[in-house]
Amino acid sequence: MSAARREAYLWLASRASAAVLALCVVVHLATMIVAVRSGLSAADILGRTRGSTTWAVFYAVFVIAVAVHAPLGLRSVLSELVRRQGALLDWTMALLALVLLAGGLRAVFAVTIA
Amino acid sequence: MPIPASSAADSLKVRVFRSDGAQSGRFVDYEVPRQPSQTILDVVTYIQREIDPTLAYRFACRVGMCGSCAMTVNGKARWTCRTHVQTVAGEGQVEIAPLANLPVIRDLVTDMREFFDKWARARGQFVPTATRRDEFAKVSPESPQRRAIDATIECIGCAVCYASCDVVTWNPHYLGPAALNRAWTLVNDVRDGDRTGRLGAVSGDAGCHACHTQQTCTLRCPKHLTPTDSIAGLKRASLLAALRGEIA
Repeated sequence: MSAARREAYLWLASRASAAVLALCVVVHLATMIVAVRSGLSAADILGRTRGSTTWAVFYAVFVIAVAVHAPLGLRSVLSELVRRQGALLDWTMALLALVLLAGGLRAVFAVTIA
Repeated sequence: MPIPASSAADSLKVRVFRSDGAQSGRFVDYEVPRQPSQTILDVVTYIQREIDPTLAYRFACRVGMCGSCAMTVNGKARWTCRTHVQTVAGEGQVEIAPLANLPVIRDLVTDMREFFDKWARARGQFVPTATRRDEFAKVSPESPQRRAIDATIECIGCAVCYASCDVVTWNPHYLGPAALNRAWTLVNDVRDGDRTGRLGAVSGDAGCHACHTQQTCTLRCPKHLTPTDSIAGLKRASLLAALRGEIA
């Protein structure tokens, strides 16, 4: 794939994930504000999320959006800071995406299903 | 005609960057008499004609058309022929330096080659699709594509946007706002024959997608253009071209 095409697709991924994140953050913050009214404890949180397919799907989508968006943003920053672009930076960011995805989905699994 | 001197109380303290072309340079202080409706270019001209004839600077039209006289005035890139002293000299002091993001040839003169080479790299040349035997193209002023570039065609190539762009500072390969604005102008020119090639040229590692939309180019453009809009348009057009498989 040419650099032109790759950059266009990555821009789409960045913008699309940002749109998803905007929605997810609003829902997440609103839930927090509502949730703390009845006390904030691990038991309260787990009582709400355990066994809930809705929350599992919601936070899985949230994690995927983070795993796409954060490495792309960091890629832009790092490419300017080190004044270098290329395969090493791209693979490092792909690895970061996998780490975020694995860690995030593990947490989602822990509070919704396990 | 020499500019008449005035009293010391009506003088302006001016710090001017002096360099022999090496990367380093230093600021030299001058005192210039204030005049009504005095521009920064008037100040620089006074210094060269009355105080130090070795001062190098560039200008041509003096009326905001040619884009030759842009410099950094009190830390911001400006067109000096249309910048009045009274708008920038807060406490009777002005600091004048060459444009940022460009190599200095001498004093206030920068080497503009890279700036204009990037116009070429962004395929800023019109590619005709008709010959001299064809009828004149009829482009309706009301058509969406023509209206999209009503403002962009007014760019005078002064490089104020380029000197103000942080992305250029951090990524010297970045094409910059002016070159991308030119590309957007041609992308919307229905007479042009290289739309796809141009979108490919502006979409690489150093192209439109590298813009962070900080909008300093738009803030500083002396012609009040919005290169940020042009770059956003290129981002959308390039993505559509990629999705359609037009960009290789």
